[in-house]
Amino acid sequence: MITNISIPLMADVHSRGEKPEVLLWVGCSASYDTRSQKIIRSLCKVLNIANVSFAILGDEENCCGDPARRAGNEFVFQMLALQNIQLFNQYQIDKILTICPHGFNTLKNEYPELGGNFKVQHHTQFLLELIEHGRLKLNPKKSSSLTIHDSCYLGRVNGIYDVPRKIMEALKIEVVELERNKKNGFCCGAGGSQMFKEEEKGLERVNTNRAREAALTGCKTLATNCPFCTTMLMDGLKDLDKEDNMEVRDIVEILLDHI
Amino acid sequence: MMSQIIFILTALIVIALSVRYYGRIVQNIRLGREIRLKGDVTWRLKQVLLIGFAQKKMFKNLLPAVFHLFIYIAFLITVTELIEIFTDGIFGYHRFFASYLGWFYTFIISSIEFLSVLAFVATLVFLSRRNVIKIGRFWNPDLKGWPFRDANLILLGEIILILSIFTMNGADLVLQGRMPEHYHPAGPFLISRFFESFFNHFGTNTLVILERTGWWGHILVVFGFLLYLPFSKHLHIIFSFVNLYFTPKNQRGEMENMPLITNEVKSMLGLSDPEVIQNAPEQIPDFGANDVTGLTWKNILDAYTCTECGRCTAACPPNITGKLLSPRKIVMSVRDRAEEAGNYVRKQKKQSKVKTDIPQTAVNDGKSLFDYISKEEIFACTTCNACVEACPVHINPLDVILQMRRYEVLTNASGPSDWITMFTNLENNGSVWQIPAARSAWIQQD
Repeated sequence: MITNISIPLMADVHSRGEKPEVLLWVGCSASYDTRSQKIIRSLCKVLNIANVSFAILGDEENCCGDPARRAGNEFVFQMLALQNIQLFNQYQIDKILTICPHGFNTLKNEYPELGGNFKVQHHTQFLLELIEHGRLKLNPKKSSSLTIHDSCYLGRVNGIYDVPRKIMEALKIEVVELERNKKNGFCCGAGGSQMFKEEEKGLERVNTNRAREAALTGCKTLATNCPFCTTMLMDGLKDLDKEDNMEVRDIVEILLDHI
Repeated sequence: MMSQIIFILTALIVIALSVRYYGRIVQNIRLGREIRLKGDVTWRLKQVLLIGFAQKKMFKNLLPAVFHLFIYIAFLITVTELIEIFTDGIFGYHRFFASYLGWFYTFIISSIEFLSVLAFVATLVFLSRRNVIKIGRFWNPDLKGWPFRDANLILLGEIILILSIFTMNGADLVLQGRMPEHYHPAGPFLISRFFESFFNHFGTNTLVILERTGWWGHILVVFGFLLYLPFSKHLHIIFSFVNLYFTPKNQRGEMENMPLITNEVKSMLGLSDPEVIQNAPEQIPDFGANDVTGLTWKNILDAYTCTECGRCTAACPPNITGKLLSPRKIVMSVRDRAEEAGNYVRKQKKQSKVKTDIPQTAVNDGKSLFDYISKEEIFACTTCNACVEACPVHINPLDVILQMRRYEVLTNASGPSDWITMFTNLENNGSVWQIPAARSAWIQQD
């Protein structure tokens, strides 16, 4: 087990005249939110273990722009996006790995229109490739089960449902599907920039509704693939006093337990 | 001879009114701005065939899908019957194709009868789903008043249509035995043969009247539907296919780009070509949409396509958790406003006697989409795309919401206060949160 994680900065790697295999896009959540920082650190650990050469932009990174664009502020979105694209081009980056499905979607589907064409992968896609190419030695534990929450921006928006499930299959973990799953999956309540404002008046919060559904499975673990979903669902479980019954964990954290 | 004249006159009036009503809808749709639709003809036809004719997205919910299929196939096949109704109506024949087609005629009419029975059952099921079982999405406040009555009226019309078919065929069968010189042999048909003994109780004169009542009832309901559709949600029986053909082949997560803003930002960042700056418009237009003229014509076509089934609203997380937002209501509001705006423009045009096309400038009747859709609704959306996924005919309520957000935020410089703070943070620190620590500080912690 690696104790010291190596997280190189793109500027340093570039100045040595090297080019990493992938650029790791950290995003706002993993940069600043303490819970999400654990997720990004887990991912970095896994990348270290698999000997993947990567780098992050560090302080040069800006928000991907998704919250601004979906809140209607195209001006701020384009300012962020164009600066990020400029930076990517400056470092001659061609492959980007994101930890957040929102960054994944924006970089993959929205930057091309602004002249930024890169191969973008969500971390679960990249992890599955590492597993399939034998770059990660897995150590499946004895039978366990969990349930999966599909984030809207990886699932419904980009049609990726099988990747998280294939990883679970590789870890020999049984997946108990939620009642509303895959295409019919239910939002955690964070998307469309809702994460950054109070919810409108209603009967309950969106995350509480989803957390209740997850708790009903009786599983001990709820697997996520989006840092915002993780936060929202943890809060939802807390509202229901179920935070001791169910753990919300990103798929990379679960994977790290099995290496 | 008299009935031929009446038929031809009725048909001509229906055609003339249709041109007028459907023409208005086309005008209303053209109030929307132009949009570059991605996707080629092959892809579009695939949508029409797979999502339209094969109803792929309907079958996510099996029970209603099957009953809907009954009515849908019955509708498609019944359309072929109209060829004969028109031939007989105009030229005064009786069952013109029967003697030419022989057994095939019996087969076609029997199929229509078979499907009519299925459609009848489906109509009863649908009526009970709305009025007896009271399925949630049909009792949502969106449908209060006219939309709810509209739905029941259509189902009632379908029942009259089906009863007309069986009255016509049943009476005809008996009349074939009694007056073979006029009612030449056709059939017996699959279902109406069982009504023979029932219709045998009637006198010949009554049967002649019943047969004609069935025939006229049938065609009048069809004509009635044609003229009713422009004012009804049921327009979807035509517009679904049109709408599917014009669906842009965008990635779901891809919002429409705003090139004017790209130019502006590029020049701010010192990235733009001098040519672009020169071509910049002198007057800054409104960003986003506060009226149907700011939406794309596809958004308005979407609205006319909507049959108010409510699958979108039933899947919408804010709606499920009691928020005001309902994607179906957003789409219905776009249609209502397009009607109002279109009528206003036509009135203006009539008064000024200008013979030009409807201009795509703002409709200056002092009203806007925001009179129909509140800010509370548009700001509650999580952009989760559940509504987009749920719609069986590729309507996109989310696209309208996002364009209205753009108007509120960019043109009105307004929005939820938390978002204003977020925008400031993004502009100043490139991060959604105002946090003094460096973005890379997390690397050091363990």
